[in-house]
Amino acid sequence: MSGKKGITAVFMNGIINENPTFRLLLGMCPTLAISTAVTQGVGMGLATTFVLVFSNLVISLLRNVIPEKVRIPSFVVVIATFVTIVDLLLKAFIPSLSQSLGLYIPLIVVNCIIFARAESYAFKNPPLRALADGFGMGFGFTLAITLLSAVREVIGSGTFLGIQVMPAAYHPMAIVIRPPGGFVMLGLLLLVVNAVIKAVDKRKLAKAKEEIA
Amino acid sequence: MSNLMLIVVGGVLVNNFVMSQFLGICPFLGVSKKTETALGMGMAVTFVMAIASLFTFFVQRYLLIPLQLEYMQTIAFILIIAVLVQTVEIVLKKMSRALYQALGVYLPLITTNCAVLGVAINNTTAVDGGYNLIQSVVNGTAGALGFTLAIVAFAAIRERLAVSEMPKWMDGFPGALIAAGLMSIAFQGFSGLIH
Repeated sequence: MSGKKGITAVFMNGIINENPTFRLLLGMCPTLAISTAVTQGVGMGLATTFVLVFSNLVISLLRNVIPEKVRIPSFVVVIATFVTIVDLLLKAFIPSLSQSLGLYIPLIVVNCIIFARAESYAFKNPPLRALADGFGMGFGFTLAITLLSAVREVIGSGTFLGIQVMPAAYHPMAIVIRPPGGFVMLGLLLLVVNAVIKAVDKRKLAKAKEEIA
Repeated sequence: MSNLMLIVVGGVLVNNFVMSQFLGICPFLGVSKKTETALGMGMAVTFVMAIASLFTFFVQRYLLIPLQLEYMQTIAFILIIAVLVQTVEIVLKKMSRALYQALGVYLPLITTNCAVLGVAINNTTAVDGGYNLIQSVVNGTAGALGFTLAIVAFAAIRERLAVSEMPKWMDGFPGALIAAGLMSIAFQGFSGLIH
């Protein structure tokens, strides 16, 4: 990554080029487990974004203070602190969401996206850029998990955000919101995303060629 | 005794970590290209998970609860697991060369395996105010064996996929995920075993 890229480019990078779910295949556990309903997907995405943004910021601020050798334990403590904050906040203000996400809230600690960004970005870049990276990656993750949960909720329960959208005659395919459906739907979604990216790249390449000619 | 059997069957087959709870998906997808490495990862996870269940039990029962620090659980547990993994690595290196060579490379990866933290938290939130010591350790070990079963079986499938002709657009992760989905359907068949 070049040092001269603007803040917007850093932000967009997390959403498209290095989308944590679709391109880097990180953070698969919550993506698969939570994506049975849109509200859960969005909730999980935003909770992760919160932790990601603040851990990126703090680690970037402390990057000249933390010795190289103990950086991993330091990252763990910083991340775990913000996860605990999110956990307590959700319990206090949105107990229903806290209940439905359950075990997966404390497990944000071991979400590899957060670790990977701390290690490969926040520890090497100034606070503002680390903040932009945190937002970008967080929204990229939220986008992906929301997309997957929208597909699963509509096909698997015939609803969207809890509102019936499919005609009454539609029999929901329950398997889609069961665990096997998570794997298969993510596989299919990856297929589509890969195909779209390939098509866009091809078009860009053709355009560049045209301009040269 | 029958209670313990129930935990074992539940952990290995019915509530399989990977196949029905989506814990430990990263190593499941990342370290499953070959059966031998998958087995190595499975053994390393089993080893750490059994010890982690033991240690987190003591910390929860004799430190966090008496001091009313339950809200520090996440931080405490993840630190214990990180320290534990590091210690196991050092001890293995000194004590048993052979075992270290077999499991060594997988150990650092285990800290971020959410199944380990997941089982430690699950032990404390299980029915009747958490499992007791023996139940915790059995639950951790059984869950890890279930993880081993799933990752080794999946590696065997991927070995075959690698040499078979796949449609080009299915190659790589999409194909692997769909194969995992089919495996998961098979595991759903166990769900009637426990009521």
